[in-house]
Amino acid sequence: MVIAIFALGALAGASGLLLGFAAIRFKVEGNPMVEKIDAVLPQTQCGQCGYAGCKPYAEAIAAGEAEINLCPPGGPNGVAALADLLGRDPPPLNADDGLEKPKLVAVIDEQSCIGCTLCIQACPVDAILGAAKHMHTVIARECTGCELCLAPCPVDCIHMTPVAETITTWKWAYPGAAVRAAA
Amino acid sequence: MSRLFPFHGGLKTVRHKTESNALPIEPGPLPRRLVVPLRQHMGNVAKPSVQPGDRVLKGQMIGQADGYISAAVHAPSSGVVAAVEPRPVPHPSGLADLCVIIETDGEDRWIEREPVDYRRLHPSDLRNALRNAGVVGLGGAVFPSAVKLNPGGHCERVDTLILNGAECEPWITCDDRIMRERAAEIVAGLAVMAHLLEPLKVLIGIEDDKPEAIAAMTAACAGTGYTVRAVPTRYPSGSVKQLIFLLTGREIPEQGLPLDIGVQCFNVATAHAVHRAIAHGEPVLSRIVTVTGHVQRPRNIDVLLGTRFADLIAQCGGYRDGVERLIMGGPMMGFALHNDDVPVTKATNCILAASAEQLTPEQPVMPCIRCGACVDVCPANLLPQQLYWFARAREFDKARDHALFGCIECGCCSYVCPSHIPLVQYYRYAKNEIWAREQEKEKAELARQRHQARQERLEREKQEREAKLRQKAPPRAAAETGTETTGGAG
Repeated sequence: MVIAIFALGALAGASGLLLGFAAIRFKVEGNPMVEKIDAVLPQTQCGQCGYAGCKPYAEAIAAGEAEINLCPPGGPNGVAALADLLGRDPPPLNADDGLEKPKLVAVIDEQSCIGCTLCIQACPVDAILGAAKHMHTVIARECTGCELCLAPCPVDCIHMTPVAETITTWKWAYPGAAVRAAA
Repeated sequence: MSRLFPFHGGLKTVRHKTESNALPIEPGPLPRRLVVPLRQHMGNVAKPSVQPGDRVLKGQMIGQADGYISAAVHAPSSGVVAAVEPRPVPHPSGLADLCVIIETDGEDRWIEREPVDYRRLHPSDLRNALRNAGVVGLGGAVFPSAVKLNPGGHCERVDTLILNGAECEPWITCDDRIMRERAAEIVAGLAVMAHLLEPLKVLIGIEDDKPEAIAAMTAACAGTGYTVRAVPTRYPSGSVKQLIFLLTGREIPEQGLPLDIGVQCFNVATAHAVHRAIAHGEPVLSRIVTVTGHVQRPRNIDVLLGTRFADLIAQCGGYRDGVERLIMGGPMMGFALHNDDVPVTKATNCILAASAEQLTPEQPVMPCIRCGACVDVCPANLLPQQLYWFARAREFDKARDHALFGCIECGCCSYVCPSHIPLVQYYRYAKNEIWAREQEKEKAELARQRHQARQERLEREKQEREAKLRQKAPPRAAAETGTETTGGAG
């Protein structure tokens, strides 16, 4: 009887020490789910979801404060990927935040640009190049198409143009009934 | 003679070789205008090195190789550059790509050619010479040859060099004709390749339905130690992986390269181009194109790159009545063109004008009955049916796990499918989607990093500003502290 109590007590004590050590030694900083969710989001940093960027939205989802269907650039595929990650059923995209659009890129009309730098400050990914009282231009390759530069422009010289399909970005379509095999 | 290792699956297809292989190669026209695409190879598009208005000579470089996997592009004839702009190119999309348009002057005047002795050149200089001569795989894959001739890192040594003269696809006969007529030059080019790779043995694989080509190549190889091997006529024996297995019994790992197993493989026309580039200083300006199918006089033509398809059709006497579709490449792996106003590129091995009878009649697609015929013919040892389900359901991860990227898109599965399911279309679609998603992911990652860098910079600037403010205004800061102290004391 005494031996049993002693043995179990010792076992419990040792396990407690081990667990306590592990909790300190292997402590995870922050919520690891945030990184995973952030990796699925399209990183446009557009704020259409109502949060200040993709990371804050990922944090809100991880904390259970936000729905997973608020990201229009991610589209239905993005919602499905989030649902898959979180083990939920994919809800339809919330239309209030906007709809999925074709890929866009911002273009500055260089004739009208007055060099006010407001768009440079608004760009979340530093994709606009220029200096005060000098013409600005968009680095098209870095532009995420977030449209955040449109509103601050005092002369409305920025417009969004669809990214043209090229030989390298062209994709074979999902086969329809009309497709024949040539042989 | 050592034995052959037959690959799994494959097909006995209709051949249709005799339509075009009887006549000798004919020189092509010298068009008034040449439209030369700057992307005629795998890898980065060549950088244009001429401007509208420039005079160019035949063989002058008009596009520089950009990056390691790239090749140069040259003026196929002398004349004046009229424009450097996007023009429709032969591609399944029908989209335009950057081209140099040359108004030819009819003189066909050469730039000074500089032949080199390959035995005296350093291997890397030799590879550079091939790169600057625009030599790429002329079998249709157009991968820069200089890259393939650099085995560094992939394997300890290349023990087998294979020259691919199988030409398994129906209708196409350009390799057949070049082997018959220019065997000596092919073997001379092969010697340059062997000089660079130093293989233990050199094999030339030719399908046994080309006895004349086999005889010509065997004669040209006399005294060289290279072996010509006749392989059974079975589609797709001309596919790199299948030909290597057939000749050596070795399998390339999934998504691996021939170099990973110590083998390298080139097309016969590529060897010919290597010889012209090294021994004559001539860059790749033309290629042999089979023009066949429903045209008046099918034949092989030695065509200047940039010549319109329509001009070649005209040289063959025009279309016969009832042409249903124009295909670049063969009926199995080629693609339909939107029209014939596109230029010949280094990838154009065949122009096939197909009539309704030559195409499989259009039949309604029916549900898969799980008969397994596709599995029996798949030369890549895949499970086409399983891949079809995954691609159809857009379950790309599963498709990838089932070795989707091992698919060589040979079309055997679609050919035998009793339900007429366009299987290869599904695989192409799935591959494209996977690539596109990967690219999107990379782009998103870049945007994330830039956003993060910006956030950090803004934070740093804010702190610096505050620090400066504190330094600039010490009295007020001191006063505030003083008030606090007073308050605390009170």
